[in-house]
Amino acid sequence: MSYHVNEKGYYGEFGGAYIPEMLYPNVEELRQNYLEITSEASFKEEFSSLLKDYVGRPTPLYFAERLSEKYNTKIYLKREDLCHTGAHKVNNTIGQILLAKKLGKNRIIAETGAGQHGVATATVCALMGIECIVYMGEIDIERQAPNVARMKMLGATVIPALSGSRTLKDATNEAIRDWINNPTNTHYIIGSVVGPHPYPDMVARFQSVISEEIKEQLHEKEGREEPDYVVACVGGGSNAAGAYYHFLDNEEVGIIAVEAAGKGIHTGESAATSVLGKAGIIHGSKTLLMQTGDGQITEPYSISAGLDYPGVGPMHAHLYTSGRGEFISITDEDAMLAGLELSKLEGIIPAIETSHAFAIFKDRPFKNEDVVVVNLSGRGDKDLGTYIDYFNL
Amino acid sequence: MNRITKKLSEDKKLLSIYFTAGYPQLEDTVEILESLEENGVDMVEIGLPFSDPLADGPTIQESSTAALKNGMNTDLLFEQLTNIRERVSIPLIIMGYFNPVLQYGVEAFCAKCEEIGIDGLILPDLPLAEYQEHYASIFKRYNLINVFLITPQTSDERIMEIDENSEGFIYMVSSASTTGKTSGFGQEQKDYFARIANMNLSNPQIVGFGINNVETFKSATEFASGAIIGSAFIKMLTSEGIQGIQTFIKSILK
Ligand SMILES: Cc1ncc(COP(=O)(O)O)c(C=O)c1O
Repeated sequence: MSYHVNEKGYYGEFGGAYIPEMLYPNVEELRQNYLEITSEASFKEEFSSLLKDYVGRPTPLYFAERLSEKYNTKIYLKREDLCHTGAHKVNNTIGQILLAKKLGKNRIIAETGAGQHGVATATVCALMGIECIVYMGEIDIERQAPNVARMKMLGATVIPALSGSRTLKDATNEAIRDWINNPTNTHYIIGSVVGPHPYPDMVARFQSVISEEIKEQLHEKEGREEPDYVVACVGGGSNAAGAYYHFLDNEEVGIIAVEAAGKGIHTGESAATSVLGKAGIIHGSKTLLMQTGDGQITEPYSISAGLDYPGVGPMHAHLYTSGRGEFISITDEDAMLAGLELSKLEGIIPAIETSHAFAIFKDRPFKNEDVVVVNLSGRGDKDLGTYIDYFNL
Repeated sequence: MNRITKKLSEDKKLLSIYFTAGYPQLEDTVEILESLEENGVDMVEIGLPFSDPLADGPTIQESSTAALKNGMNTDLLFEQLTNIRERVSIPLIIMGYFNPVLQYGVEAFCAKCEEIGIDGLILPDLPLAEYQEHYASIFKRYNLINVFLITPQTSDERIMEIDENSEGFIYMVSSASTTGKTSGFGQEQKDYFARIANMNLSNPQIVGFGINNVETFKSATEFASGAIIGSAFIKMLTSEGIQGIQTFIKSILK
């Protein structure tokens, strides 16, 4: 079985491009061009030189000695938190801004939850001198204030999404509506492996640099390219897709996806899509989706803005239903405690999204000799306010 | 013959109205339909509300949210429409997003539509390719017309493809926008209307999006066979309620 996209834009039964005709020309333009443009030598060169000199890649693969000791296994951290702007999101925005330029677009829109993708988009727009508009749910504007300020400093316009749960899903709706209203000059930089084909595949390819580096670095440190497990948190699933990418077809490598259980999977305040979702259509993609019996999309909840999304990318829906991926849901509380633990044990304060990935060790045993790579998707600066309130710091 | 096709063979410019089922009040559906027919409307799009209507502007978004809050859902809409053909004879189309239809079961949904006397569906986020591959045969089995959209950005090549695969009519979106933008039609739209008219498509076209009064209705139907009013009708319902329908329709058909 393949875990990569097929020529029709599907991962198993998931994916496709369920978009209104208004978006067809834009999405079709991308679909017809993304593979060709991104495989041109000049594109690759510019992409990797920006990743190196601007983003600071390769990011280290760090052996977390004290954490490993505590959980009796070998834990490596892939330090995406050390990327410029503080998370993996910038790998994708660098790729997409170069693509947008090749397509002759002069206006960029984006959605953001935690603000990391918004900041990463505002950053590359500043770098290229291109107009940038970021849609962000009103709730997220409150809980991720530092990132809102950063986007403004970078010259972006932040527009609050006021509909629905006023979080990531609604910001995405607004960005799509903007694209419908500005079809010719605008490129929509989606921030995760979601949306209509070719977005999930395109974003996964840009993020795949993560697992490409893991292979090389692990070879150096362990004498083998394949870990026993790769662990990543999943909101839409872009950091996870990047961390899994080069291991997808090697079933020896265990894939662990960590979702947000919010206040508990069955409390009605959760974002654990694999457990609570059913196949449906969201943002142009057929995927697992939290919804009512008659197909209305449900409002999700997580303490972490970046995981507060009622769907997952179609690649992850396929990893789940095919059994290729192991899915674990983590509550707000366990995530917050794991974030504090990583800070104390390793001197690294993670983003709350990322904290979810670290919370699995408490209840998911690994063998002594297992090599477990955790994708440390982002740093916690943006979340200090939430950590302060939560722990009364 | 399907009621839509029959209606389109009449020698007149058709006025079609979109409204969101369950709005303003949950039980208004049948009364609105009766009133529309009584006042001379030729065809109706009954909106099945969706939580995340991507192609819609604020007016239809808000009416959808309100309708869902009022308790509207797929089963209830079908229940309200059970005996509709005893009361209303103009063509009826259900317009909505694909996910609620998918969850109901596409075949079950289509079967129910035929049973009630629904003539067609408009599902903006069910693209042509998916429809052809998976659903066209089901729609045909239940005598439902699936209406496709074109926009000013749609290439001639794709318009021909859509024309070949269409029945009834083509829904011509007036401008690059979500629903409810009402700045009138400029030269760009007029050129687009003329360009499409000159393509001599085999299906008639009905224009939608941005039609809010008699001027825009006239302008949209200069070449096309009819026009659809949505957001402007819903705004009227919000301020005047069902009693406002007669005056509103008269103002368009005067
Ligand atoms: C640090 C970090 N990790 C993870 C995520 C979740 O996104 P994804 O699942 O696409 O990696 C976000 C999203 O904002 C983030 O900021």
